[in-house]
Amino acid sequence: MIRSILISNRGEIAARIIKTANKMNISSVAVYSDADKAASFLQKADETVCIGGNTPLESYLDSAKIIAAAVSHGCDAIHPGYGFLAENSVFVEQCREAGLIFIGPDAESIRLMGDKERARQTAQEFGLPTVPGSGIVKTPEEIRTVCDHLGYPVLLKASAGGGGIGMRKVDNAESLAQAFSETTDRAEVAFGDRRVYVEKYLEEPHHIEIQILRDKHGGLLTFYERECSVQRRYQKVIEESPSTSVNPELRQQLRDAAGMLIEGIGYINAATVEFIVDREHKFYFLEANTRLQVEHPVTEAITGLDLVELQIRIASGEKLSLDESTLPIKRWALEARIYAEDPHRFYPSPGMITVYREPDGEKVRVDSGYSTRGMLTPYYDPLIAKLITWGNDRDEAICHILQALDNYQIEGIKTNIPFLQEAIASPLFRAGGYDTHFVEKLRAN
Amino acid sequence: MVIEVKATITGNVWKIVKEIGDTVDEYDVIMILESMKMEIPVEAPQGGKITEFKVKEGASVIEEDVVAILE
Repeated sequence: MIRSILISNRGEIAARIIKTANKMNISSVAVYSDADKAASFLQKADETVCIGGNTPLESYLDSAKIIAAAVSHGCDAIHPGYGFLAENSVFVEQCREAGLIFIGPDAESIRLMGDKERARQTAQEFGLPTVPGSGIVKTPEEIRTVCDHLGYPVLLKASAGGGGIGMRKVDNAESLAQAFSETTDRAEVAFGDRRVYVEKYLEEPHHIEIQILRDKHGGLLTFYERECSVQRRYQKVIEESPSTSVNPELRQQLRDAAGMLIEGIGYINAATVEFIVDREHKFYFLEANTRLQVEHPVTEAITGLDLVELQIRIASGEKLSLDESTLPIKRWALEARIYAEDPHRFYPSPGMITVYREPDGEKVRVDSGYSTRGMLTPYYDPLIAKLITWGNDRDEAICHILQALDNYQIEGIKTNIPFLQEAIASPLFRAGGYDTHFVEKLRAN
Repeated sequence: MVIEVKATITGNVWKIVKEIGDTVDEYDVIMILESMKMEIPVEAPQGGKITEFKVKEGASVIEEDVVAILE
């Protein structure tokens, strides 16, 4: 069994991992940058190590400093959280060479799923449908042929893109040539890589994902779906589980497909398989995330399980003692991400939190990395905290989250709380069945 | 007429995409700021010619700081 874990992360996810380590009587070592020296996520760790620096490159991405800290503090494992080094296959190898357990999959699984094109091909090999599209297209003539074949609208995507940057919808053949030239130019400026590919644009798409755990003995757990269609800037803001758009038949298909991929590639530990589901309930593999997700607490809230604990147990070589058929799912859960950002334009709002008061309640959970006088620096992402509520049904979970948002007090910086309140209280959200155009539709009303 | 172009957010100057002497239209992107892992464009408030940059790539800026001058 793992006895001591270094957490190579910061903010709310570091605090969340430390919490489970404490519960399991595993000692925790937190690392921090100069910018985070007064951060509240460090408070519950058994030991803290300053690794210096401000930017991610100087700190939470500096694998040599992190591994040295783990070794010198006698840790036997590293939990990477999400982001930073969580999906860096080289880091996984460095951990192994230093005799440390990486709490996550092996380097090859990360490489395979990290390369979008290889991941897509692999998914196809295991029978998962993928969004119809092309490989890299190089000339206006080539893209014209591809798009005429796919049918409009289409989505142009920068091959090196991510987080929605470098995406462009094209409605007809007439606007294709100009859109192609602008997308390649923009991809060059943003990523130093002009490569562009094209996908069929799906109508009323839902972003649905399946959480999976697999142990070293072949034990597999696939969970109920998480609905992640409420997005701004192509990033998730509100998640729920289960989804109002998934019926039992589709749920089973999604869980089977995700399980097939994860078993097929011999994946070990926690993964999330993301799908796009269209208006006709057709689903397509989008990507697989080889780590704990930001929104994992909604799955924990409906099952009562601790996914970080299960990750640690799997990494220790334990056999999962849970059976899929016994997964107790009788609740509905919601998560709202509290961001330091302008609630209208969603622009980031760094600064100092002058007042911070979290809501509490019986069916309320707050995973936070900040407190009063906490500094939101421009160096890291704007996530302040995650607010999770649950209930026996969706209405109850909604009622709790609206009340909790009302009682959440954050001053000194702008937050998206007013947006979250408006979104969750809207008839569009309450009715369910919303798609990834939720924010546009909300604003249009 | 001198027009001040102001920073949209507090953060760092990630990329300056135009050059001194360039003519821009309203809403053209002049530079891209970066903060909290997001890239936010700074657009021309109206058309004009860029006569000066008040910042360099990598510099820190505060929301509403003047980052460029148009004429």
